[in-house]
Amino acid sequence: MSQSAAAAIVAAAPSRDRPPAGVVGPVAWLRANLFNSWWSTAVTLLLGYLIIRWGLSFIAWAVLNATWSVPVNELGQPDATICRTASPAGACWAVLGDKWRFILFGSFPYEQQWRPALCVLLFIGLYVVSGMRRFWRRELLLIWVAALTAIGVLMWGGVLGLDYVPQDQWGGLPITLILATFGLAFAFPLSVLVALGRRSTNLPAVKVICVLYVELIRGVPLISLLFMASVMFPLFMPVGMNPDKLLRAQIAFILFAAAYLAEVVRGGLQALPKGQYEAADALGLSYWQKTGLIILPQALRLVIPPLVNTFIGFFKDTSLVLIIGIFDLLTTGRIASSEPAWQGFANEIYLMLGVIYFVFCFAMSKYSRGLEREFSRARNR
Amino acid sequence: MLLSILVRSVFMAGSMLAGALLAAGAGHAQGSGSATLDAIRARGQLVCGVAGNVPGFALPDSQGVMRGLDADSCRNIAAAILGDANKVKFVPLTTTNRFTALQSGEVDLLVRDTTWTLGREANLGLLFAGVNYYDGTAFLVKKATGVKSVKELDGATICVQPGTSTELAIDDYFRVNGLKFTPILIQDLSEIQGAFLSGRCDAYSTDGSQLATFRATQPSKNDLVLLPETISKEPLGYVVRKGDDKFFDLVRWTYFATLIAEENGITSKNIDSFAATKVPELRRLLGLEGDMGKALGVDNKFAYNVVKQVGNFGETWDRNITVIGVPRGINALWNKGGLQYAPPMR
Repeated sequence: MSQSAAAAIVAAAPSRDRPPAGVVGPVAWLRANLFNSWWSTAVTLLLGYLIIRWGLSFIAWAVLNATWSVPVNELGQPDATICRTASPAGACWAVLGDKWRFILFGSFPYEQQWRPALCVLLFIGLYVVSGMRRFWRRELLLIWVAALTAIGVLMWGGVLGLDYVPQDQWGGLPITLILATFGLAFAFPLSVLVALGRRSTNLPAVKVICVLYVELIRGVPLISLLFMASVMFPLFMPVGMNPDKLLRAQIAFILFAAAYLAEVVRGGLQALPKGQYEAADALGLSYWQKTGLIILPQALRLVIPPLVNTFIGFFKDTSLVLIIGIFDLLTTGRIASSEPAWQGFANEIYLMLGVIYFVFCFAMSKYSRGLEREFSRARNR
Repeated sequence: MLLSILVRSVFMAGSMLAGALLAAGAGHAQGSGSATLDAIRARGQLVCGVAGNVPGFALPDSQGVMRGLDADSCRNIAAAILGDANKVKFVPLTTTNRFTALQSGEVDLLVRDTTWTLGREANLGLLFAGVNYYDGTAFLVKKATGVKSVKELDGATICVQPGTSTELAIDDYFRVNGLKFTPILIQDLSEIQGAFLSGRCDAYSTDGSQLATFRATQPSKNDLVLLPETISKEPLGYVVRKGDDKFFDLVRWTYFATLIAEENGITSKNIDSFAATKVPELRRLLGLEGDMGKALGVDNKFAYNVVKQVGNFGETWDRNITVIGVPRGINALWNKGGLQYAPPMR
């Protein structure tokens, strides 16, 4: 067969094989999913109308009628009068221009705020590195230790010519990331141990302790745990000896998250066929070899979706430290909006906070979907 | 229910334990004779509990520095003890954990919009050392309603925050005067303000200082009227632990010193021009004669440091409260028709 003939066949094949536009392609998709009956057509049109209307009025509020900056009055205070008297009313993004550094970094000394900014980047870098499978080696632990040390040095200072900044001046996004990262990093190993302890058959005392722990922590709301850590705990300590407020909240978070994660992990352990345990025993593996090499890799793989679900919920739960007076991201946002000069522009601030939380949570869920696909490749083959 | 009883009994046992430890600590104290003062000196820093989210009283500015009347009151005490108004660590506290934080020694001093009541002083082991703001429950209405007095609010709907002393005060006042009202309870501050502006309620009630701030930031401020009655007393001030009288004295007299300075026209700007004053009380105030500071366990120049670095009471007021649109009212000095009165310093 000559080359030109083969080319002709290849060129002709698509045009002949492609089904008519009404069967595949966007038009067909629209017809099948949005307009397949009069009822579905009506719903589509109604929802389309509402979405366009709300979308347009949102754009008018957020972009067209928005005020981007305000003048400064004689006292050096921003004067938001032009935002208040604007007609038609629009967003006042100037509030973010004035307050974004406070919202992100709280009361950290103003000239030193590059330090928490660097910490946020370090945290994000740490998440990215930990997410890449080629870094899943022992060295990853060293990377974590190094990064967390660097974060500690940057936040506290006191060495390398950095000014010492006590913990009570930290705030904003770094607090949220510290609570979430340390909380999950310590809660996860603890939860695995608790889950294993709860399923152990030949250590009844350990089992009872694990069951009690999980049921006790799960039986009370996170808020009450935080209150206990912040209000009751100091009363039991000698006067003048007060473990740091952030540390107390952090420990409450770890205990809380571990109890929930333990149940998720236990679900994975239970879902594993008994044959896996028996096969590992038949190979003569010790308990820890069996658990580490055979059971956990399979069990954890099974529970990725509920694990990530708990992680995401937990990331957002860190905002509850609001009630014990720690300035996390949500608290700094609320405080920024309560300043008299900017009262009435809370929506703009909440929108910014929502975007930040969304970015982190969406990245987590997107990554976990990728991970699931990767892990299930062997099974789907 | 069982859990709450358990928690409460554990809590009480804990507070008794803390009380015992506190007494033991006070008994062993050496040095200045005040455990709190010694701790502050050793630490080189005053730990002060504030609200951290109330404009005019304690709120971080865009640069994260705590500003407000309460924050400056903390700075006063730091200047008196340590000679430097900036040696303060501000601990933001909520209404729930503020008293425990003081009882457990997490903070040395509490200046957090806290109303002086019998219950708090008698039951909680606390003492109120001074009143930096005489507040009270007030009402805001729209001018269009034509209401000129709270007595005309019979049958009105009133926006209040649930669980506050405001709610109880209104209830008491309306019952005593044989009036009826419908409360609209809204927790969130911006939501309650929005509800009032959009006309969901006829009046908005909370502490007078907050209403004045809210009114001052509205473009329609001339259409809003603050009714003249204040229906409850809310004296807000400095709180310390019981059992450390020296520290209590120091806090009280530092506050009085700022009043005496205002009374005599001494400000942070002109204080150095009084160095050669012949007036005996001013000489004692500025530490030029007498051992006023020594008697309190601090430097004789303590009042000088306070006024020089933070300012007299009037200056602190103007800087924090006047700018949010609240008139001085009953918080003026006694000789200008207000309640702020300091005993003589001698």
